[in-house]
Amino acid sequence: MAVSHLQCKECKAQYPLEALYVCETCFGPLEVVYDHAGTSDDVAALRRRIQGGPQNIWRYADFLPTTAYGRGAAGGPPVTSAGGGSTRLGLPAGCTPLIRADRLAERLGLREVWVKNDAANPTHSFKDRVVSVAVTRARELGFETIACASTGNLANSVAAHGAALGLDSYVFIPADLEEQKVLATGVYGTKLVGVEGNYDDVNRLCTELCAERDWAFVNINLRPYYAEGSKTLAFEIAEQLGWELPDRCVVPIASGSLFTKIARGFEEFAELGLVEGELPSMNGAQADGCSPVASAFAAGHDVCRPVKPDTIAKSLAIGNPADGPYALDLARRTGGGVDCVSDDEVRAGIKLLAETTGVFTETAGGVTTATLAKLAARGDIGRDERVVLVITGEGLKTLDAVRGTFETHTIAPTVEAFESGVPQTVSV
Amino acid sequence: MSVLVKIPTQLRAAAGGEAETEVDGATVQEVLDGLFARHDELRSRLYDDDGGLRRFVNVYVAGEDIRFLDGLKTPVADGAELTILPAVAGG
Repeated sequence: MAVSHLQCKECKAQYPLEALYVCETCFGPLEVVYDHAGTSDDVAALRRRIQGGPQNIWRYADFLPTTAYGRGAAGGPPVTSAGGGSTRLGLPAGCTPLIRADRLAERLGLREVWVKNDAANPTHSFKDRVVSVAVTRARELGFETIACASTGNLANSVAAHGAALGLDSYVFIPADLEEQKVLATGVYGTKLVGVEGNYDDVNRLCTELCAERDWAFVNINLRPYYAEGSKTLAFEIAEQLGWELPDRCVVPIASGSLFTKIARGFEEFAELGLVEGELPSMNGAQADGCSPVASAFAAGHDVCRPVKPDTIAKSLAIGNPADGPYALDLARRTGGGVDCVSDDEVRAGIKLLAETTGVFTETAGGVTTATLAKLAARGDIGRDERVVLVITGEGLKTLDAVRGTFETHTIAPTVEAFESGVPQTVSV
Repeated sequence: MSVLVKIPTQLRAAAGGEAETEVDGATVQEVLDGLFARHDELRSRLYDDDGGLRRFVNVYVAGEDIRFLDGLKTPVADGAELTILPAVAGG
């Protein structure tokens, strides 16, 4: 499958594969279109080709928007880097564990739950997938500087990729971001800019700067390519389930890009016969303090009214979600939904996941786990369903969320002190 | 009452190549009408068939999204800055 062109999701106008992200006619978002002609209809061969690929997202290179892999954009011969070396760029993202979570399922009264732990990426979030794709395309297009507007995880990834590839990088974040995410960005030597305002203010500033600077803003002018990286989450889930689709996915929603692209990944695999069956029910998860998509879903609206975020789930704190209308449509047409949970439920979600699976997630994962618990309690999940919970980031990045939620027993270094000071489980 | 309108790159060709321009008007609607009077093609680019802003267009007055204010009826002060930007960014 070769990448073909960019196309407006609204009016279908076509554009070349350049650093463009918005339709000049209607302002709709541009997305990548592929040419399926020439892709083998031998499903077994296609599966072997994927399985024989590297242990990272580039095993799915046929489904990603770079011209460096497979055939060129015009259907020509393979493009290789100067010197014949590998042109695969970026940190080795993807191929993260899919963990069967029987203890979590039992706690929630469900039959089968799997946790896709994307905290196991190089900078500990799913953002390494999208940044790997974006920086690869950025290099192909000749950019020497990468940049982003971030709620934290993207900041880590862009700064790390800049360091790994020797590219200049500028990372723009809300000035009040969690300390762990700031430290885990600055350490890579990026030019880190804390903007006085919320993420939507950062995003507006970067959209303006994007017009003035010859930089690759991975989630603005490179956004059509960047977003495609999220499809690899779906590809991996399907491959790890033995080339089968789950019945339901629970996924956090910030801009709505991840949510919609996971579904697109399942669709692409189904279109090529790599998997069979219906698209999973897609359930989106938001925090009460930033729930423009959940609110629109509940109200039956097809567009989102922007909000001013106020939640501990800062990585999901996008009050003006770019893909909101598409996320709403997806949730409705797959029999899923979009729910929101309180900050207390987020903390409880982090604890529930940690205590039942050994996976420590950040606040966004707490939102997702709490939403799964809410769906289970409400009886929205069928008894026979296979459910995948998409955990997008690492708990060590949002330590404040768990501070004070457990007790440490401090004792003198004696057996007597241990026996008198620590409650013990008696085993027979 | 003069307002500085900042025009995104995607619209500059339809605005005579201008990146910004001064337009008179007391509300966002009046300022945009003034802009359209000068560059008629911009109307269909920014407005949908119902005469409202397209859903992927964001308009800011002094840095604030007009959907947090009074929409197209939002008053604009003399010397204020009105910014038009694509909504499809970020995340």
